[in-house]
Amino acid sequence: MAGFIDRFLARYDIYRYPGYYKKFDYWWAMVIDLDRCTGCGACVTACQAENNTPVVGEDESGKGRVLNWIRIERYIEGEYPNVKVKFIPILCQQCDKAPCEVGCPVYATYHNQDGLNVQVYNRCVGTFTCATYCPYDVRRFNWFTYNKRDLLQGKGGRSTSFEPPLDQQLNPDLSVREMGVMEKCTFCIQRIRAAKDKAKDEKREVKDGEIYPACVQTCPTKAMTFGDLNDPNSMVSKLTGLTEKTDYLREDGSKIFKIAKNPRTYRLLEDINVFPKVFYLKRVMNDDSSRHKK
Amino acid sequence: MTHQDTKSSISYEEVNEDILSIITRTGTGYYVLTACLAVMSVSLFFLPWIYQIYTGQGVTGLNSQVFWGVYLVNFVFWVGVAHAGTLISAMLYITHTPWRRAISRGAETITLFSLVMVPLFVFIHMGRPWNFYWTFPYPSQRELWTSFTSPLTFDVFAIGAYTTSSIIFLYLGLIPDLGVLSRNITGWRKKLYNTISIGWCGTDEQWHIHTRTSMFFSAFIMPLVVSVHSVVSWDFALSVVPGFSKTVFAPYFVTGALLSGFAAILLILSIMREVYPIMKRYITDYHYDRITLFVMILSLVWSYFTFLDIATDLYANTSEGIEHLKFKIAAPPYLQLFAFMIFSNAIMPLTYIFKKLRPSVFGRFVVPIFIIIGMWLERYLIIPNSLSRKFLPYIWRDYMPSWVEISITAGGFLGFTTLFMIYIKIFPIISIFDVKKDIGVPMKKRS
Repeated sequence: MAGFIDRFLARYDIYRYPGYYKKFDYWWAMVIDLDRCTGCGACVTACQAENNTPVVGEDESGKGRVLNWIRIERYIEGEYPNVKVKFIPILCQQCDKAPCEVGCPVYATYHNQDGLNVQVYNRCVGTFTCATYCPYDVRRFNWFTYNKRDLLQGKGGRSTSFEPPLDQQLNPDLSVREMGVMEKCTFCIQRIRAAKDKAKDEKREVKDGEIYPACVQTCPTKAMTFGDLNDPNSMVSKLTGLTEKTDYLREDGSKIFKIAKNPRTYRLLEDINVFPKVFYLKRVMNDDSSRHKK
Repeated sequence: MTHQDTKSSISYEEVNEDILSIITRTGTGYYVLTACLAVMSVSLFFLPWIYQIYTGQGVTGLNSQVFWGVYLVNFVFWVGVAHAGTLISAMLYITHTPWRRAISRGAETITLFSLVMVPLFVFIHMGRPWNFYWTFPYPSQRELWTSFTSPLTFDVFAIGAYTTSSIIFLYLGLIPDLGVLSRNITGWRKKLYNTISIGWCGTDEQWHIHTRTSMFFSAFIMPLVVSVHSVVSWDFALSVVPGFSKTVFAPYFVTGALLSGFAAILLILSIMREVYPIMKRYITDYHYDRITLFVMILSLVWSYFTFLDIATDLYANTSEGIEHLKFKIAAPPYLQLFAFMIFSNAIMPLTYIFKKLRPSVFGRFVVPIFIIIGMWLERYLIIPNSLSRKFLPYIWRDYMPSWVEISITAGGFLGFTTLFMIYIKIFPIISIFDVKKDIGVPMKKRS
């Protein structure tokens, strides 16, 4: 009996902690170099075009219901003339220990075999738990069926989200969501799927740089990089310094959460221990604020 | 007036007549009022809900930061009100507390109708309520089940168990009374009583089984007093949100639930006593003395937990916790609400320390109303307010309920009142057999 419990606990430990997903072929992650980010917002637009997220109109935007899966957060520090503006693109962090997955009562959001945090629109009943639990506030809700709702609300004419001829530019690879459904960034799972299928047909692994989500593809300064952390030679592994797996989890099971060899690498809200898979590279300023603190 | 005086002032023969008079004597005004309330509750509750289902959750005041608003506040509030019934019927039954008997039926009824409101508000807050059955673990061909890690699934079980056992407990207590009713009341109700009293005729054996079953169910329900609201509090406490993630939440919510539940019992019984003066013979100053004392103790415990709730945030001294506290208790719109909550939940009940105030109009009506409003506010200050200030300041947003939410909330309160008013015309609001037990069966005097 004791042996059984020990085995169970050992297994449980494996399941609970990051590193479990390494036994799969891929471990998708994104690196965002804030030194390169100009805050232009091209990624926001690209995401909107790729993922069929609706335009919600003026009134709804004013209520804080903009349906963007990625947003550029803008923080302004200091007073004139010493003003600093900082940008940080925030998208779903695809946490390894995601709070949203714990909350969903119907498994509408779960962890898939690539370590991604996926959302099943058809299964969602709209309890809002995932969005409430999300520390990054990246989940978005379909408050109305936006492709049927009049966005102008009688202020001169009528307009819906995907009005003809705009419906022609909808992406056929994924659905248009109805009201009452939660949605969020998927790392463009339709592209990942397509690349994996192609690789499978050609009997090989997915190559580094073969997949790029819409935001990565469109970024004019190449601030964003997408890739597989399991592959030590991938661009993301090199950028984060995560070339050795032992940095993340030692073989004997003792946990080391110091992740990076690159001193610029950090993850958002690391102290709440949700293990996000979006790595930010710190912006280096030309003053004391960026000096490495010992 | 002591408890002994109450006993002696009523004779055994009068009990039936007194309590049945509440059921049988109904004025025209009562019908009109009930009909008005029914129409109002339906139009305030169901019409906006239908509009919301048809249009989408966007008709509420929620936004991409605050996803849980007034609906969840109402949900937690009604679960809370449902609590005192269980406590009185189970815990006080086992401890043989004498003041339980006259008020237990009323308390259980409040529990029942609060539990009608609870699932309604769960369904209302859902984005796609027509799929609500997906949250139940039913056998599905698609092999999709519910997630047992989710506190919402805990809720389904906890509230399901609580509702079922509350209904059974209420019915169990009703059975001996139904026998009395079916003998004394004619018309369609007689048929109803005959059917649902399942052959009760008051034999020794039946009494024996009844007492034993009541004891069993009291013991069975006792853990539920603690478990249900603890589970409801875990909806919040199991998250990482600064205002939610507190280990103190389970006992804090349970205490708050009992406080609001007792306040509801005080208020409703006081109103009923004014409408039916006959009840004054059964629910006396002695009862008020006991219940208010209980409320005062609960209020003190609640104050302690509120202090803990704030103190842990201050002590942890994380930036997000401090920001959340600043928003909740230091800035104008919510500072006043917080002060009002403290005033009504922590300071008002302290007036019960004066024995004369306990059965007074102030103690019977004013304080319970304040507590009920204060406890509703407490949930409001916890749920939407914590969500307004999460981690990333860029997306901080305030929340204001829309007319749909306010209307449905009001409709919920009216609906509860309507159901209660219909109920007291069909079933006795004071347990006849319990009161009789209190008085004692008249025996022939031995010479």
